[in-house]
Amino acid sequence: MAQTLRDQFDRRMDRRRLYGHIFHALCLISIFIGLGMLAVLLIDIFLDGWRRVNWEFLTSFPSRKPEQAGILAALFGSIYVIGLAGALAFTFGVAAAIYLEEYAARNWLAKVIQINIGNLAGVPSIVYGILGLEIFVRYLALGKSVLAGSFTLALLVLPIVIIASEEAIRAVPPSIREGGYALGATRWQTIWRLVLPQAFPGILTGVILAVSRAIGETAPLIVMGALTFVPFTPDGPMSRFTVLPIQIFNWVSRPQEGFHEAAAAGIIILLVVLLSMNALAVLLRNRFQRRLEG
Amino acid sequence: MAVQDPTVNYADAFAAANAAKRWKKYLPERIIKAILFVCAIASIFTTVGIVSVLIFEAALFFQEVTLWEFLTNTKWTPLFASKNFGILPLVTATLLTSIGAMCVALPLGLMSAIYLSEYSPDVVRQIVKPILEILAGIPTVVYGYFALLFITPILRAISDDISVFNGLSASLVMGIMILPMVSSLSEDAMRSVPRSLREGAYALGATKLEVSTRVVIPAALSGIVAAFILATSRAIGETMIVTIAAGQNPNFTFNPFVPIETMTAYIVQVSLGDTPTGTLEFKTIFAVGLSLFVITLAMNLLSQFIVRRFREVYE
Repeated sequence: MAQTLRDQFDRRMDRRRLYGHIFHALCLISIFIGLGMLAVLLIDIFLDGWRRVNWEFLTSFPSRKPEQAGILAALFGSIYVIGLAGALAFTFGVAAAIYLEEYAARNWLAKVIQINIGNLAGVPSIVYGILGLEIFVRYLALGKSVLAGSFTLALLVLPIVIIASEEAIRAVPPSIREGGYALGATRWQTIWRLVLPQAFPGILTGVILAVSRAIGETAPLIVMGALTFVPFTPDGPMSRFTVLPIQIFNWVSRPQEGFHEAAAAGIIILLVVLLSMNALAVLLRNRFQRRLEG
Repeated sequence: MAVQDPTVNYADAFAAANAAKRWKKYLPERIIKAILFVCAIASIFTTVGIVSVLIFEAALFFQEVTLWEFLTNTKWTPLFASKNFGILPLVTATLLTSIGAMCVALPLGLMSAIYLSEYSPDVVRQIVKPILEILAGIPTVVYGYFALLFITPILRAISDDISVFNGLSASLVMGIMILPMVSSLSEDAMRSVPRSLREGAYALGATKLEVSTRVVIPAALSGIVAAFILATSRAIGETMIVTIAAGQNPNFTFNPFVPIETMTAYIVQVSLGDTPTGTLEFKTIFAVGLSLFVITLAMNLLSQFIVRRFREVYE
């Protein structure tokens, strides 16, 4: 009797262990499928486009002939729009985060603002395009300009900057502020000279992530009315423009193989910029976290 | 020794001078606080702006098209001579691609998260997690390229029934796109389950599989469900993959092999075309945009509600 119970247990245990091994293998396989597909994506694009990545590609305007097409206009458009959008989002986002973390009373208004920021982060980017078209392009009559595009993207990434900055400011220990107050510093002096320098790496991480998100955004700018064929670089904030992702989209949607190759080359440029920025952000954050823990 | 003038109230004068000094010292503080407040409140204006633009323009649209027709007509042909304004084809297309994407991202993302949280050595986790985060930043137009020019040719080689533009390819690639998000958020939820729970189960003789599926997942369920809902909402609002790979044909169908048009793809199509602003055709994008906004907002609120209501708080 005891022997059969023992047998039963052993048999069951073997089966449970077997299921465990199968499950372990399945988990490993899924993570390999996920990472593997992303690797295939990167390799496919690299193989399609690397031949076109050269100086001429960077310094040519788009053309009706695929082999002469380049990304000069899109590159400058992206730099103008993202530069402006990044500066705007940084200024407003950090200011909002300081208010919410350091000044706001814990009342209903602060709560509403907080919930609202969380929800804004979940609004599809194309809806921001509609907002930009109505408010900036039409109502404020900025036209389909670099300025209107920057405002649209700045609004889009603002929640990211605010949330990241809030976390960074919150991570600064209260003892630092108390030290400042004890020496007679005003609130703003304490924030400006003590809290912000401590929180800066975290804020920077958020801003980099936000900017890299903005660089890759296509839909809101299309809806806002950025052009798809631009044979000129923007000459000021009121100039019309295109950006790199829109240029890529335009090339992908054409039937000719040559344009697809140009699209792949454009993607390589875009990804190199983006992935290095994201890597920098992740690295910065990890170092920052270690410093706070240590 | 100074003689005090009995007609002057020295204490009051001193207090007044002090107050003036304080006022001067704290004036910049107040100005700064006011400026910061304006920046914080700007986010509210963004929401107000979005909601009022969508509702105002959609209201103009609904003066000419009844809400009933919009919600029940199964044809969407606002850009043709015979106009039909039924959003259903766009909604089914959006549902088809998002559900398809979740069918890819849900199992793979959950299993990857279990692996990272329960099985992987720390070294692997420390390498894979940042890679996933970095990859989550790949722009969607890149995934669109991949869907149309890599996945679709493979699918078409497998079956002749699949058209160049189809929902299947877009769904598969969208699933890969939201995979890092699903696995990263689920893993965060699983790792916040306290160790003591796992140790208790191990002490009772449970295997790792049993600990993962019967202790960790139930304990982290609210976070995992919230991650899935957020990912679905992201898939619904996703634009470039479906615009590039799924086509621009509003077919009322759940067939993943034929061209379809999602809500987001329609908005892009109108924006790229030469439809004059102010016409009824153009106003459709606000009605579609409003629908999209309402759906994604509802899903985000649901996800927040689940986290708040069902989160198991330990310690």
